[in-house]
Order: sequence, then C-alpha cells, then structure tokens
Amino acid sequence: MIQLLLVLPLLVPLYGAILCLFCWRKLQVQMAIGVVTQLGLLTSSIFLLQVVNKQGIVTTQVGNWPAPFGITLVADLFSCLMLVVSAVVGVSVFLFSLRGLDVKRMDFGYYPLLLLLQLGVSGVCLTGDIFNLFVWFEVLLICCFVLIALGGKKNQLEGAIKYVTINFLASGFLLTGTGIVYGLLGSLNLAELALLVRSAEAHPSLVTLAAMFFLVALGIKAAIFPLFFWLPASYHTPPIPISAFIAGLITKVGVYALVRLFTLVFVLELELMLPILTYVAGFTMVIGVLGAASQVDFRRILAFHIISQIGYMIMGLALYTPLALAGCIYFVVHNILVKTNLFLISGVVAHRHRTFALRKLGGIYLKQPTLALLFIISAFSLAGIPPLSGFWGKFMLAKAGFETGSYGIVATSLGVSLLTIFSMTKIWNEVFWKKKPETTEDEIETKVEKYENRLLHLPVVFLVLFILVLGLGAESFIQFTLKAADQLLNTDIYINAVLKDVK
Amino acid sequence: MNLIIPVLIGAFFGVGLYLILHRHFFKLILGLILFGLATNMFIFVIVDLSRGSTAIIKRENEVAVEPFADPVPQALLLTAIVIGFAIQAFAIVLIKRVFQAIGTNDLDDLDKTDRIDQYYK
Repeated sequence: MIQLLLVLPLLVPLYGAILCLFCWRKLQVQMAIGVVTQLGLLTSSIFLLQVVNKQGIVTTQVGNWPAPFGITLVADLFSCLMLVVSAVVGVSVFLFSLRGLDVKRMDFGYYPLLLLLQLGVSGVCLTGDIFNLFVWFEVLLICCFVLIALGGKKNQLEGAIKYVTINFLASGFLLTGTGIVYGLLGSLNLAELALLVRSAEAHPSLVTLAAMFFLVALGIKAAIFPLFFWLPASYHTPPIPISAFIAGLITKVGVYALVRLFTLVFVLELELMLPILTYVAGFTMVIGVLGAASQVDFRRILAFHIISQIGYMIMGLALYTPLALAGCIYFVVHNILVKTNLFLISGVVAHRHRTFALRKLGGIYLKQPTLALLFIISAFSLAGIPPLSGFWGKFMLAKAGFETGSYGIVATSLGVSLLTIFSMTKIWNEVFWKKKPETTEDEIETKVEKYENRLLHLPVVFLVLFILVLGLGAESFIQFTLKAADQLLNTDIYINAVLKDVK
Repeated sequence: MNLIIPVLIGAFFGVGLYLILHRHFFKLILGLILFGLATNMFIFVIVDLSRGSTAIIKRENEVAVEPFADPVPQALLLTAIVIGFAIQAFAIVLIKRVFQAIGTNDLDDLDKTDRIDQYYK
C-alpha cells in the first residue's frame, strides 16, 4: 500500500496527461481531467508526506528488481516537501490558466504538457538512481522547451532557443558525469554510490571530476552565478501561467538535485567544494539583485530575483550544518511559493492593463486595493520582513553562518536583503502607488473582463494563504525542516532504507 | 584503437562546442548534434565496452561466463541516444521556426529579450 502511495505522484500526472491527449479537441474535458489530476497529485503528495513523517524514509523497487540493480524510488522528508510544494504550485497555476491563458495555446496541448512537466518534477524528487535523475531531468526539460515556445511569438522563440541550447549542454555534462561515476564505481544507485564513495577503493580525485561535472550541469539548471545568463533571457517570454510555473519551480528542482547529490554521494570532496559553493552563493545573490535593480519591467525584475534567491539556497548548502541545510530547505519551499505568487500577481496586473512595463503601469493601489495587499504580503515575504516566511529562512541561514564563523557570506546575504526591499519598493511605487500615466491608452474593461480579473485573484489568494501559514506557523515548520536536514546529513538512514534487502 | 577513440571524442567535444559558439544557425544545429554524439561516445569509452562479448546468458548456464559485456552501459547509451535524438529533432524544428519568424541567420540578432531600452519606447 505504501509502495503504491510512492508511485502515485508519478502515475497520477502521467495518466492525466495521457487522458488529456485522447481528448485533444475537447478543452472542457481536458480542464476537468486537469482538476481531478491536480487535486489527486496534491492529496497523494500530502499523504506521502504524512507517511514519511511517521515512518521515516520510504522506498520501493520498480519491477521488484532488488536495490542496486533495479531502479529505486525513495521518498524522504525533503523530497516529499518538494512534491507537496510543487503540487500546491501546480494547483494554483492550473487555476490561473483557466482564465489567464489564451485558448489558442490551450488548443496546442497546454494541459497535457503541464502535467508531463509535473511528472518530471515528481520523478526528479523521487528517484534514487543517478541515471534516472538524468532521464527525469530530460522529461522535465523537453516539456519546458515546448511550453516556452508554445504559441510561437517572436520573443518566445528567441528565449526558447537560448534555453534549449544551454540546457542541452547542461544535459550533456550531466550525462558525462553519470558516465564517469559509473565507470569509476560501477553503480548507479545513489545509496550504493554513497557506500562505494566512502570505501577505500574509490579514487577521490576522479570522483571530484565527476562532482565538478554535476556541479556545472545542475548549476546551469539552478542558475548559479557564472551560469545564469539564460534565465533572464528566457523566463519572461512565455505567457504568465507558464512562466510562473517554470520560474517558480524548475530552478529549485536543480537546487534540490544539488543538495541531494552533495549531501549523499559527493561528500568527500566537500573540502574543495564548500569554499567554491560559498563564493558562488555570494556572487549569485549580489549579481542577481543588482541585475534586478537595473530592470524596468515587472517580470524581468522578478526573473533576476530568482537568481538572487538561488544564492541563499546555495549558501545553506555551502555552510553545511544541520541548521543551514534546514534553512536551505525552508528557503526552497518559501521561495517556490512566493516567486510563483509574484509572477501570478504580475499576470493579474497585465491581464487588466495589457503590459508589464513599469513606465506604463500605475494607480493600481486605488483601483485594486486587494491586489495591492496581496502583492505587499508576497513582496515583504520575499524581502524577509518578520513575521513573514522569508524572514525565518534568512534568520536560520544567518544564524548558521554566525555559528560556523562565516561572517562574510552572512553580511552579503543581509546586504542583499536590503537591495531586495529596494527592488520590491520600486515595483510598489511604479505599479501600485504612482498615478497612471496619462499618455497610455485606457485599459479595456468590459463586465466579463472584470469578472475574469476577479477570478484570477483566486490562485493568488490560495498561495498567499500558504505563505502566511509558512510565516506565522514558523516554529513547527522549522522543526520539520530541521528533521528533514537531519535525514539529509545522516546518510546511513538513507543507505539502510534503500539497501535493507541486500544486507 | 585504444588511443584513437579518446582523441576522437576530445575532438568531437571541441568541435561541437566551437560550432555552438558560432553565430550561424546551421552551425548551432551541427554543434548540438556533435556535442550529443561526443557525450554518448564518452560513455562508450569510459565504461569500457568490449567487442565480441555479449551480455546474454546462454541457456545451459546459470550465470554469465567470462568474458561478458556489462549490459548497464548499453542500456544507458540506448536511452541517452534516444533522448538526445528527440531533443535534437526538437531543436532543429525550433531553429527553423526562429529562422522563419525572425528572418535572420545570425545569433547576434537574437538580443531582443535581453535589451532594456525596448521598455522605454
């Protein structure tokens, strides 16, 4: 029964997508299937999280091949959390796309693609096999490629070509790294690799080579410092539901894979890796936030902020204490929710005013005060104002930094927080506060459109609720992330859970 | 033979990356294909695929008899080739669409999504 629960996050979106493909011409049916699948995915992930929380790590062997030979699916607390958060984001993006996406794009298979993308995300989170990780990343990426290019607008195609090229390279590096790992250690199972790496026969320097390949490949996917240039070039081009889902979730999946591999398999290279990661984290934060400061487009500011926030997560990994990893996990969860929500809010604004340019927007505070309130909660949460969720994440990271004596990175992270507030205030001033510029034509506002615009608030409210719960109920959630971080650092638990049948 | 293939793979990686960095669309396609090929051949060499032996266990034996080939890298390679093929096919169609939509053959013309000045117009 538990085994089935573990496969459900994969099966539900897969079957949903297949059913959608059969109803290619009937959008209403596809939407109905979408509702059922999204809710199914959410409930099954929550159930899985509960089970894992109670019983510890859950594993299953696909096809009943025993552990190091077959493909293992593993769910620990961190992966379950990722599943739940991605399902929550999936529900809200799905809700948004019902009204916020043009019919033409929906006709070309938006719903099945979204579900297949979610399948890929679940796969990356659940797999316990390094080659399988590569395959799931490909599943996820090919859906991203198509979704970004879906509709074929000029700048979408332009963004897609950059995205495809750089990600093809990254996948090549990932595959090369996998090849090196198999050639060196003769296994692909993460748990067995973790054992083999610690044994005497491993060649530490050659394993470092593989680790570097994984760092570069996953670093491109997570958009860390020198490898992020594709992100602000492509993430703002597709329509809002697509860019909200991809921008909110996909880079964090890269961070998830980095954390998983560098806590489980590549642990002996940490002396070399951690200083590199610390510098990378610092530069990622600073460059991201400075890039955002120079932008004058709602979505591009948010896109640059993704990069800056990735820096905080890498900082958690680089400090490598239980508290820091817990902070990293907290930050990943918080950031997926907040970032998706900010993108959705920019979509609500653009749905009414037909533009993302700060110069042309204005006066929304007067016309849509609810939206302004929802934005300010998300923006303050992103910047880390207590008691909202971003504060607790940063607090944990800063505390962990002080405990390990890495004052430089803590100072950087706090400085970057200030700059984040600066950018958020910029959006606030330009979009919500200032008078609407007279030169621009008035937005078209029929009754139907007003109604639609109100419906678009729904997913935003849904996400804000989660953000508030995350911030106000921080105590219990922090305990939870500490437990998850503990599981990550005590690799024996993971290894024993996967290889229990072998011993 | 043992020396030629690694050198060849290195050349493939180099040429592939060079072509990807090139501005011409067609060379970008060639570069992507060559790079994919290089990664596949890299696995080929590093896991030491030997010639002449198979991964099949004969009916009269319980276990495989030496020398036998390792079936795992074969499976890896097959998967990687299929995935690479699919992505390359998609990339070629995408590049063709970009060429039709934007009407240029030069990657340097694709800087619209990065420019800030368009928002001041």
